[in-house]
Amino acid sequence: MGAGGRTRTGVLPGFGLTLGLTLTYVCLLILIPLAALILKSATLPFDKFWQIATTPRALASYKITLLCSAVAATINTVFGVLVAWVLTRYHVPGKRIIDALVDLPFALPTAVAGIALTAVYAQNGPIGRYLQPLGINVAFTPLGIIVALTFIGLPFVVRTVQPVLQAMDPEIEEAAESLGANSRQVFVRIMLPTLAPAAITGFTLAFARALGEYGSVVFISGNLPLKTEITTLLIMTKLEQYDYAGATAIAVVMLGLSFSLLLVINLLQAWGRRWET
Amino acid sequence: MTPSSSGASPAAAIAAAPVVRGRVARRGKHGWITPAVLTGIALLYLAGFLLVPLIAVFVQAFEQGAAAYWRAITEPDARSAIWLTTVVFACVIPLNLAFGIAAAWAIARFEFRGKHLLITIIDLPFAVSPVVSGLLFVLLFGAKGWFGPFVDAHNLQIIFALPGIVLATLFVTVPFVARELIPVMTELGPEQEEAALVLGASGWQMFWRVTLPNIRWGLLYGLVLLTARTIGEFGAVSVVSGHIRGQTNTIPLYVEILYNEYNFAAAFAIASVLTGLALLSLAARSLLRTRV
Repeated sequence: MGAGGRTRTGVLPGFGLTLGLTLTYVCLLILIPLAALILKSATLPFDKFWQIATTPRALASYKITLLCSAVAATINTVFGVLVAWVLTRYHVPGKRIIDALVDLPFALPTAVAGIALTAVYAQNGPIGRYLQPLGINVAFTPLGIIVALTFIGLPFVVRTVQPVLQAMDPEIEEAAESLGANSRQVFVRIMLPTLAPAAITGFTLAFARALGEYGSVVFISGNLPLKTEITTLLIMTKLEQYDYAGATAIAVVMLGLSFSLLLVINLLQAWGRRWET
Repeated sequence: MTPSSSGASPAAAIAAAPVVRGRVARRGKHGWITPAVLTGIALLYLAGFLLVPLIAVFVQAFEQGAAAYWRAITEPDARSAIWLTTVVFACVIPLNLAFGIAAAWAIARFEFRGKHLLITIIDLPFAVSPVVSGLLFVLLFGAKGWFGPFVDAHNLQIIFALPGIVLATLFVTVPFVARELIPVMTELGPEQEEAALVLGASGWQMFWRVTLPNIRWGLLYGLVLLTARTIGEFGAVSVVSGHIRGQTNTIPLYVEILYNEYNFAAAFAIASVLTGLALLSLAARSLLRTRV
């Protein structure tokens, strides 16, 4: 890095200063800490690492985390497309407020979200009490984890799909209709292919966010090892027992997963951009 | 679902299209049932996940009356949590704001090798779980960490103290401002800044009089996002704080402690303060989004 620093005309100042500051900051705050984690895990012999990372309790936590995150991201995708559609195409009273409210999971501290969702979905809560007679217990079951992860991932799909819908010309759909397509054909042949890249990107973002989530889940999940213990909680438990090696090994697994998803997201966004042009 | 649309003759539809366009034509073809049903489902979904929990926070907070509410948010432990969060806020905001502006200037105004790599690195903290983010700093500064002996030798306290909380919060909020500003600055282009320089302005004059006024709304939007996360961060801070009551509890950690002690009314009272701030933040975003 550092070679270059050309602008088109070459008169703008501050390249050395700002890039220098940026690189120093990024090194101190991001790269060195991440390196510490990876090097720390490298001091463990591989078989020891593997043993810690694949205990039944750890494996169960990966399974619960991945499964619940996938279900939550799927719910978010279906309803996110629907919400984006309703907000861009229909007249809804109070649209501006509803649109602002969609961002609530980004603004509300996760601990607050956690206790609020627990209060609402507990057996005596305003929603939980109607689910209870149907035999549905949300709080302190895997369903509770899904509810919390759906909450924190809610804005992603709405926010990725909304601009695509806004940019889409309704006349294309009208043209298809006037040429004899029925509404299902319009949806499958025109809407879906256009919205798919944005919806898939939103799904992946929501999924990635859900994998690492901690605050909103711990209150509602019940935290039973092997049953409702997510991976981030397992890391936390190991830390509280001063088992740094154990926490590090599982954190590295988590980090590997997160970074692979980041790669997927970058590829998806490139794909989405290609579709636009 | 809409027999009328497939039943209508295409020729008639084409003939009608230029005259009755857009919404009127669509409503005529689809009727009102589909939109009403879809809107209803969407609103139910948003109510179940967003509105009801939001209302529940305030209902629970005032369950034991306004006096109990006031006591809960003014007792010494609550005040020390509010103070700690304020201090963390005062440390994190200027640093990450300055970083965001510097990074955006370098990235949006200059071409250099490794630019995309740098952008990816700046975004990395968003991909790291908050709990893992906290762990990073425990591994660096904890008793057995890289800098553990150094920290001990100089009698410093980083983990389970304010510096650890600030570092973890800095890490999780690094990308916010840079991420908002890079596209804003790229879109604006360098022409006005170049003009100012050619007309004899110094670099700092150009920055204060041209760059900053031009990026102000984007900067403010980034600041709103940064503020919300800084005040609300839970997972990362939870790992490095040590939960020492009255000393290392930020507001969200204090909510957790009250809740785990079954002091629900007080927990929700404090939570309602955070919720109020979150709602302000949403209003600010909504207003700013029309300007950015």
